[in-house]
Amino acid sequence: MITGYPRADGRKGIRNVILVAYLVECAHHVAREIVWPYRDQEVQLIGFPGCFPNAYAAKMMQRLTTHPNVGGVLLLSLGCEGFDKYSLRKAIKESGRPVETLVIQASGGTRKTMEAGRAWVERTRKLLDEQERVPMDLDELVVGTICGGSDGTNGLTANPAIGRAFDLMTERDVACIFEETGELIGCEQHMATRAATPDLAREIVASVAKAAKYYAVLGHGSFAPGNADGGLTTLEEKSMGAYAKSGASDIVGLIKPGDIPPSGGLYLLDVVPDGDVRFGFPNISDNAEIAELIACGSHIILFATGRGSVVGSAISPVIKVCANPVTYRKLEEDMDVDAGAILEGRRTLDQVGQEIFDLTQTVASGTATKSEALGHAEFILTYKSFEPIGPSCLPRAS
Amino acid sequence: MANSDPAPSPDHRLLLLRPEDNVVCVCANLAAGDTVSIDDREIAVPEDAAVGFKLARHDLAPGDKVLKYGAPIGSVTQPIAKGAVVHTHNLKSDYLPTYTLTGDTRFLETAQ
Repeated sequence: MITGYPRADGRKGIRNVILVAYLVECAHHVAREIVWPYRDQEVQLIGFPGCFPNAYAAKMMQRLTTHPNVGGVLLLSLGCEGFDKYSLRKAIKESGRPVETLVIQASGGTRKTMEAGRAWVERTRKLLDEQERVPMDLDELVVGTICGGSDGTNGLTANPAIGRAFDLMTERDVACIFEETGELIGCEQHMATRAATPDLAREIVASVAKAAKYYAVLGHGSFAPGNADGGLTTLEEKSMGAYAKSGASDIVGLIKPGDIPPSGGLYLLDVVPDGDVRFGFPNISDNAEIAELIACGSHIILFATGRGSVVGSAISPVIKVCANPVTYRKLEEDMDVDAGAILEGRRTLDQVGQEIFDLTQTVASGTATKSEALGHAEFILTYKSFEPIGPSCLPRAS
Repeated sequence: MANSDPAPSPDHRLLLLRPEDNVVCVCANLAAGDTVSIDDREIAVPEDAAVGFKLARHDLAPGDKVLKYGAPIGSVTQPIAKGAVVHTHNLKSDYLPTYTLTGDTRFLETAQ
């Protein structure tokens, strides 16, 4: 049995975070200064740096600020930016959360806004700390997975172990999300065989074709030099390893950033923008993908790494599953699970899969992950554009 | 496919993921000259090979597809001898070129 904080929309959160959200880079400093004294008290910084409005960014900010792990939100506006702060505030208020907007140009500048912001955060923290956790069923949980800082061991240990954990979770109606269609180039036909319906199979194949075209225009796949240093040679080799995170269950739906799974089961998140190539690379770093998984409701992120990423995230805890035993020994303080033990014959895939499943439940009930305890709360959000998902993408209501 | 259990290999430092694969995965850091067993034949590794890298299971010629997980992961660009490291210098993607850093810009040693 896990526990969580009940929210007005019926979902439950496993953390009770106060978000301080800047709505343009010009408000970033003030927002960060407000957060700093409270950074060990579940007060975190997110934001959108652009001054030009963008429907994707607006949807992401709305989903993130009303995420079940979030208990209250302070919005930081400079005053003249393009972001629609009125609609965002309204959505947060309607979700039943405490919300305040501070406009720097109307609040007397940097220092006075910082003071007002800190006073609001202190009051709201006291209010939220009175809330108690209640029992939460596993089928109320949403878990996302990502790999980053990958090497040749990812596809042998951490990724298939996460796949085993996903199989254990989908059997219990946890909603599980895997992603990055650009890192699934070469796996689309196999994914199609796992789709719950023929129409969904066609949507999945089309989403990977879109990703391949998008990256071809950009001239660069989702492949960093560190991937090659770790023994991965090609994008399709990385894809094969990345795909193992999805486990073996049926794929029940295809969603886009900000779409919340309507039921348990395995979902593919399409992170590559629709239409002509605009705004540059789809996800400029791992935290952009993590933010999208969280905007889809993920309470927890399972992060497989061979080279040794150390990131965490704002809003949802990140469980670091280390694929490479050599890396684990170097970065043990940052790693939650030693999946590299599989390569050395000390553990089996099933054992590590079970460990990830068990740890997910412990973390859900309040235990801090390594990255949380070290204060990691990275966040990034940039411009994108999407069309809504098609009618065959979600499982039919039963 | 990617999620199946790897086949047991006679040499625990190497892993053959699928019977049809023409590369084996390196599970323990190997130094040039170390002897490994590939398909029951003893062979001296010609160069260092860190955990996560791949060795050729047989001689490979330019144009050959490299199979790992039972799936093609690219095409061979240079002749590769059995036991040699298969990487960016002799294997290229069939989709998008691989971007690497070289020389002094490397930020981590691959083998220790």
